[in-house]
Amino acid sequence: MKLPFVLAMGWRESRASRRRLGLYMGSISLGVAALVSINSFRANVAEAIRAESRSLMGADLEIRSTRPFPPLTDSLIDSLEAAGTPVSYVTNFAAMALAPRSDLTRLVNVRAVSVGFPYYGTIETDPVGQWGRLHTGRVALVDPAVLIQLEVDVGDTLSIGNATFAIDGVISNVPGDIGFVTAIGGRVYIPAAYLNETGLLGFGSTTTYRAFLKLERTESAQQFVETYEDTLRSERVRLETATERERDFTLSLDTMSRFLGLVGLVALLLGGVGVASAVHVFVRGKLQTVAILRCLGATQATTFTMYLSQAALLGVVGAALGVALGLVVQANLPRVLRDFLPVGVPVFIEWPAVLAGLAIGVWVSLIFALLPLLEVRNVSPLQALRREVEGTRSKGVLRFAAPAGIVLTMLALSLWQGPNALLGAAFAAALGVTTLFLWLSAWLVIRLARRFLPRRARYVLRQGIANLFRPHNQTVAVTLAVGFGVFLISVVYVVQRNVLRQIAMDDTPDRPNLVMFDIQRDQHDSVEAMIVSAGLPVLGSTPIVPARISHVNDRRVAELLTDSVRPRIPRWVLQREYRNTYRDTLVESEELVAGEWWVERRDAAEPVTRPLAAGSPSLPRISVERDLADNLRVGVGDRITWSFQGIEIETEIASLRSVDWARLDLNFFVIFEPGSLDDAPQTFVIVTRVAGARASAEFQRDLVKAHPNVAAIDLAVVQESIDSILSSVAFAVRFMALFSIVSGVIVLLGTIATSRFQRVRESVLLKTLGARKRQIRDILLTEYTALGLLAGLIGVGLGAAASWLFVRFALQLDFQPPALALLAMWIGTAAMTATIGFSGSRDVFRKPPLMVIREMED
Amino acid sequence: MIVAEGLGQTYMSLGRPLRVLTDINLTVAAHGFVAVVGPSGSGKTTLLGLLAGLDRPSDGRVLLDGQDLNPLNEDQRAQIRAEKVGFVFQNFQLIPTLTALENVLVPVELLRATGNSVVSGTEDRGQDLLGRVGLGDRMHHYPAQLSGGEQQRVALARAFANRPKILFADEPTGNLDADTGHTVVELLVQLNREERTTMVLVTHDTELASHAHDIVRLAGGRTVSDNTPSAV
Repeated sequence: MKLPFVLAMGWRESRASRRRLGLYMGSISLGVAALVSINSFRANVAEAIRAESRSLMGADLEIRSTRPFPPLTDSLIDSLEAAGTPVSYVTNFAAMALAPRSDLTRLVNVRAVSVGFPYYGTIETDPVGQWGRLHTGRVALVDPAVLIQLEVDVGDTLSIGNATFAIDGVISNVPGDIGFVTAIGGRVYIPAAYLNETGLLGFGSTTTYRAFLKLERTESAQQFVETYEDTLRSERVRLETATERERDFTLSLDTMSRFLGLVGLVALLLGGVGVASAVHVFVRGKLQTVAILRCLGATQATTFTMYLSQAALLGVVGAALGVALGLVVQANLPRVLRDFLPVGVPVFIEWPAVLAGLAIGVWVSLIFALLPLLEVRNVSPLQALRREVEGTRSKGVLRFAAPAGIVLTMLALSLWQGPNALLGAAFAAALGVTTLFLWLSAWLVIRLARRFLPRRARYVLRQGIANLFRPHNQTVAVTLAVGFGVFLISVVYVVQRNVLRQIAMDDTPDRPNLVMFDIQRDQHDSVEAMIVSAGLPVLGSTPIVPARISHVNDRRVAELLTDSVRPRIPRWVLQREYRNTYRDTLVESEELVAGEWWVERRDAAEPVTRPLAAGSPSLPRISVERDLADNLRVGVGDRITWSFQGIEIETEIASLRSVDWARLDLNFFVIFEPGSLDDAPQTFVIVTRVAGARASAEFQRDLVKAHPNVAAIDLAVVQESIDSILSSVAFAVRFMALFSIVSGVIVLLGTIATSRFQRVRESVLLKTLGARKRQIRDILLTEYTALGLLAGLIGVGLGAAASWLFVRFALQLDFQPPALALLAMWIGTAAMTATIGFSGSRDVFRKPPLMVIREMED
Repeated sequence: MIVAEGLGQTYMSLGRPLRVLTDINLTVAAHGFVAVVGPSGSGKTTLLGLLAGLDRPSDGRVLLDGQDLNPLNEDQRAQIRAEKVGFVFQNFQLIPTLTALENVLVPVELLRATGNSVVSGTEDRGQDLLGRVGLGDRMHHYPAQLSGGEQQRVALARAFANRPKILFADEPTGNLDADTGHTVVELLVQLNREERTTMVLVTHDTELASHAHDIVRLAGGRTVSDNTPSAV
């Protein structure tokens, strides 16, 4: 067999169907575009991060602590500085900023920086160059959002604690900060020289102390880590090199891109379905030609290769167009994903991604075309003499190889694109299950429609429904194409809605909406008095007692950390600073799962202490959150010794609780028995409810003026920020899902186009037999509405089911389907399908029969 | 050139065996011209299919140009067709996406594609044949742009394109009106003579059959009269 003839024949043979096949090519293009764009973007990001590695941190090494640097660390940094290593400090904390001009206050993220920082990269400001002037006096550089929130301009002053700063400009770009850092509180940079003037670094404030080092050579950072890590760790000080940070960023962005890539894969799968569906219909129309060719002496291989070469051509052109489109999309991705990016991402062509896209596009076209093309091999030459001859079933291995090839292809692509093997395999499985469900539902509908065809219904209705199961029906193809799109959209939507609902503000009047924290013990009564005199309710006053674990059942933390025999307890669990509280009641978001609560309310007023557990009558009792207890490998009756600013207190676990962390409530890992911590150093969180933004702003202002160290946060603001983060994520996912949806629409259009021929013939016949335009139109409308309703219902249903699985088990939140929205999505899908289907077949009933026949002949 | 020995064919129809042909013995000498006639359903087309190797017989065997077709697989039989056989069909069977000339050249190109280069001057051959059937000016038209008679003339040209030793024609005038059919028959007979082809013609048109050297009559899948004088 010579190839050129086969190719030439393949090319000639495609003449009549090029336009139709071209439509399907589009669906392959979209899938390829999605993959090429996201994978090129991923490479661009990795390159951008690598190029700006050191400016991500601004230094070669960062030393970080949640308390002022302890003695060993401090002397280490001092000695390095004395030896000539440049060191600069940044102190971060949350505080209330007050704008005297507008009299407004707002929680901000203060960053007090010393001279020198950053050593690499530039913090861009507007007006340009203001960063260099930061250390010239009491000046501040702020996020643009801060200006808007406080209704001030550059040039106005800002009070932070007891210090006042002149706003010298706004920050336009900080390397290494992603968009979300400003979500809750805008950044305010002040010179470290005036940090103490604020008077805010007292006990209880959530402050991070950082030292940034510039080293001679980048490699010395790693040496430094190896030499000093243990020493610093013993003081609970963390170390990070610029290389580590680069790796972290690369990894997390890579994971994110890969997730989005998976979403893009769906478009490719739909493209494959489109190709398979087109080739199927195409081949049906070519069976006679194949029989003639076989009669004339063409071998099975010749005819098969002829049509396979057409599919390959389709794939090559489709993939090439996809690459072109992908490059356009790639150029726009940095904008779509800007909130996730720590650096500006320059766009350049990533050849490996381009070539991979081309290869995948061609391969997917071929593998999906293979299945319907196998029919070509079954054609008997006898069919040229008499049409009714049945083709024989070819026994070839290809009959099993083709479907297996599709499954393996999708699995391989998922594994390749997925963030890790498990997620890739899970995605492939989900894809398979969804396809299977959609296919099964379509199959079921075909069976049911045939079985329960309403034989007494109006003729057009009967005819329209019968179209669902007639030979050459489009039920399966349309269900897959439309169903997948709807499925994706509904999953994204339902998950987002559920997450937002959980954190939604409860609008019942007694729910708090303003939280004040860092209230010192001596301020407690005064703050409460202010609340009461403002006519507001004190809805809760919770003590916060910071402590660390020093022993678990007599074993020292240091000992547990180095224990290599027993299962390891996570480091963070042993080393973190716990913010504990004490109280005598359980709150709404908690549930006792083991042991006994120390107080039982027998009467409304009189709490009665239950008898102490036997054996350890003197130990104060605590209640531990269940998952933490699992991590610490402790249970009821075990003992934990806590260190409160150096004073150790041994406690016994009296109960375990499960906590619903998703609620915007004050929740605690560990709760102490009342009375046991009265003398420990503590701060208070007081919650109240203020009706109206204005009243809230006024109260916060008065509070900050009276107690500059007390921070207040409006829960509405927290909710808005979570909302905006989720919206960004959802937007990115929707952006990629868009490819699948457009792909689905193309497959839908293509399906309509391929069945048009048959429909035209039927309709012309019906018209010839006296059917009116209206009747033909109603038949088509019935069919497409039924298809749309079916595909929409299955897509929405599967979407809701998948969302339930995800929300309930992956996010561990309560699930509630947004019924109305799902209903709207369903109806919308049906309407869209009917409209597209109907407009795609317009010619069928609009043109006179003769004209249509002539067109078909051309 | 063509020998059929004890040829029989049974199809499975709705789960039951359906006997279509029984014990057909037939010999067609080189350059011979045999017409197979009989009423509808008598097994004419089945016989033609078996003789051309389009299907395997249930009983007996077929020798084409001395080659037993039974041991050959589909592709080997296709190869024989490509080299030695031409076809004319009742419903023309042109490939709708190819022009007249391209249609005519398909057998030639198939033959070349299988590595056989005995055929030369393909393009000229096609043009020559189309000229001889009177379509020299319609070479680049598509089947849909041709009338039925013209399509069948293209099919005739195609049938002779690879200089086949044997030509099978299945009701070549069945879809044509009398006048057009007449023209096609004239052409067929003329080409057959010029190209010195062995021809088997299936028809129920007695006028057409009268051109044949021998006539085989079929009824109910059996030969009822056979005036084949074992012609050499």
